[in-house]
Amino acid sequence: MADVQLRNVSKAFGRTRAVIDMDLTVPDGSFVVLLGPTGAGKTTTLRLIAGLEKADAGDIEIGGRRVNTDTPAQRDVAMVFQQYSLYPHMSVRDNLAFPLRSPILNTPEAEITRKVQEVAEVLHIPHKLDNKATELSGGEMQRVSIGRALVRDPAIYLMDEPLSSLDAKLRADLRIELKRIHAELAATLLYVTHDQIEAMTMASHVGVLDRGRLVQFGTPREIYENPRTTYVAARLGQPRINLLPVGLLGEAAPEGAQRVGLRPENIRHGAGRDATVVRVEHLGDQTRLHLKLADHDVITLADPHTPLSPGETIQIAAHNPLFFDARGARIT
Amino acid sequence: MSSFSITEPSGRSKWFAGTLVVLYALITMVPLVWIMLTGFKSPADAISYPPKVVFDPTLEGYVNLFTTRTRQTQDFLAENPPVTWADEIVRQYDMVIVGPSKFGERFMNSVIIGFGSTFLSVFLGTLAAYAFSRFKIPLADDLLFFILSTRMMPPIAVAIPIFLMYRQLGLSDTHLGMILLYTAVNISLAVWLLKGFIDEIPREYEEAALIDGYTRFQAFYKVVLPQAATGIASTAIFCLIFAWNEYAFAVLLTSATAQTAPPFIPTIIGIGGLDWPAVAAGATIFLLPVMVFTILLRKHLLRGITFGAVRK
Repeated sequence: MADVQLRNVSKAFGRTRAVIDMDLTVPDGSFVVLLGPTGAGKTTTLRLIAGLEKADAGDIEIGGRRVNTDTPAQRDVAMVFQQYSLYPHMSVRDNLAFPLRSPILNTPEAEITRKVQEVAEVLHIPHKLDNKATELSGGEMQRVSIGRALVRDPAIYLMDEPLSSLDAKLRADLRIELKRIHAELAATLLYVTHDQIEAMTMASHVGVLDRGRLVQFGTPREIYENPRTTYVAARLGQPRINLLPVGLLGEAAPEGAQRVGLRPENIRHGAGRDATVVRVEHLGDQTRLHLKLADHDVITLADPHTPLSPGETIQIAAHNPLFFDARGARIT
Repeated sequence: MSSFSITEPSGRSKWFAGTLVVLYALITMVPLVWIMLTGFKSPADAISYPPKVVFDPTLEGYVNLFTTRTRQTQDFLAENPPVTWADEIVRQYDMVIVGPSKFGERFMNSVIIGFGSTFLSVFLGTLAAYAFSRFKIPLADDLLFFILSTRMMPPIAVAIPIFLMYRQLGLSDTHLGMILLYTAVNISLAVWLLKGFIDEIPREYEEAALIDGYTRFQAFYKVVLPQAATGIASTAIFCLIFAWNEYAFAVLLTSATAQTAPPFIPTIIGIGGLDWPAVAAGATIFLLPVMVFTILLRKHLLRGITFGAVRK
């Protein structure tokens, strides 16, 4: 395992600038999640590190060694693709053994058998080893795909939305599995997703990307509690943060503040300004209140068994508000 | 009680479709069956009118196809009794077998030239198709159009220039010359067909193999090629059928050494005209390799090898 560093890395496809001046450090043994919507440059960043794309500018270092001109094989990285991409003409066993049989690793057959068995057990697929790759369910395919990375001991594991094509139950299971694997192997992982739950639950560090730029990097807690911009604030939190004009709730705003960000759980009920209940959403474990506050929509959380119903009026006040200036940058 | 389904054809339409297919197969098989039957007829039966469907089968046609014979005097025939069953067959015309005919040689020429040019077309076609499919090639579209344009006229339209060129280069009546010629005609088909097949193989497979520690050529060999098997098989069949059946250039460019079977078969002369049973026997044997080749590669012609392994 090793750390990975990107310095001022840029990549453009024709006129589209996919990655712009990216500075990113993936510390040894960390689980870094890159978060951002489609087109933010997440996958391109992964492919640049893997060597599937050549950087236009900047340096990429793996374990302190500059790898810009290395082939993917020389970089010693493992990657899990968004699609399962199992070799369809091979059995599950041969798929898992494929990286070990490469000319670079050239592992002895006995060692291959042992490692494949070991990984198959971690991923709960030992009974499927002799199936053809095409005979698996979607979840099994993606597990084999992850397994193909795990049989190796690379400098870094790169994962490109590996869970996005799976159903919710399987996603939740594999999330826990990946976290466990990371802890057991003490592996370095760079994981790309647009799913904030994956980011919050698995990451030791989160990097938020916006149109090719890394806008904030920190622990999930830091990103959630101390977002640097309204963009970052809106990326994490379900339901999303409320962004309201300053002064609407009578809070004391610092100089230059234009907007105030309020997480749903940071809206206190029972005192303050009057707001009308528009809609009550019972989700089981939580209840969301959609409120109208002087023509602005506000979402907050309520007790799961709240007796409130649409049309009623409640009082709300801000707690720990976040202030942003006209351009969306945080003011502290 | 039958239930109604939108996607499943009804029993009656299945029956109708089945009948049509069988009927079509029967019609297309009539000439083939007729050739095969004629091969086992005597020369008299072969040209009798009305045509005979029931007849005494004989191997006369096959014997005549593979041998050369001469007429002999009664004395000679009395002194040399027939040794093999083939001798007995030709004895009825007061003839003896003096040696093998050229058919075996011509047939081998067809095999060498047909399979040689098929291998070369598919080999070059696969590499070119892969390059067109995966790499950024300057003027790729123009090059592809140029390759296709070689097929826009019938090949025989350039017969005379090729004839002169081959004479200059010493390629006339050589195996190499015919292999190169048929490859040149087939390569455009091979590139276009194979490019379609390779385009359909997702790049992720090669990228995964590159990251798994393989070079690009190894990724091509171990991951792309097995998945292109379907396309390679069907392309090979098309190329072989063209090279195997080609007649015009073979007549023009080959004679003593590299003549293939198609120009040879119609020249089998019997007593008093064409020996139809021998011609039919030659045609039957000539049909076999393509039939066997197609049947061997049949399972690759069925799609679905890659189905479901990559979510689109």
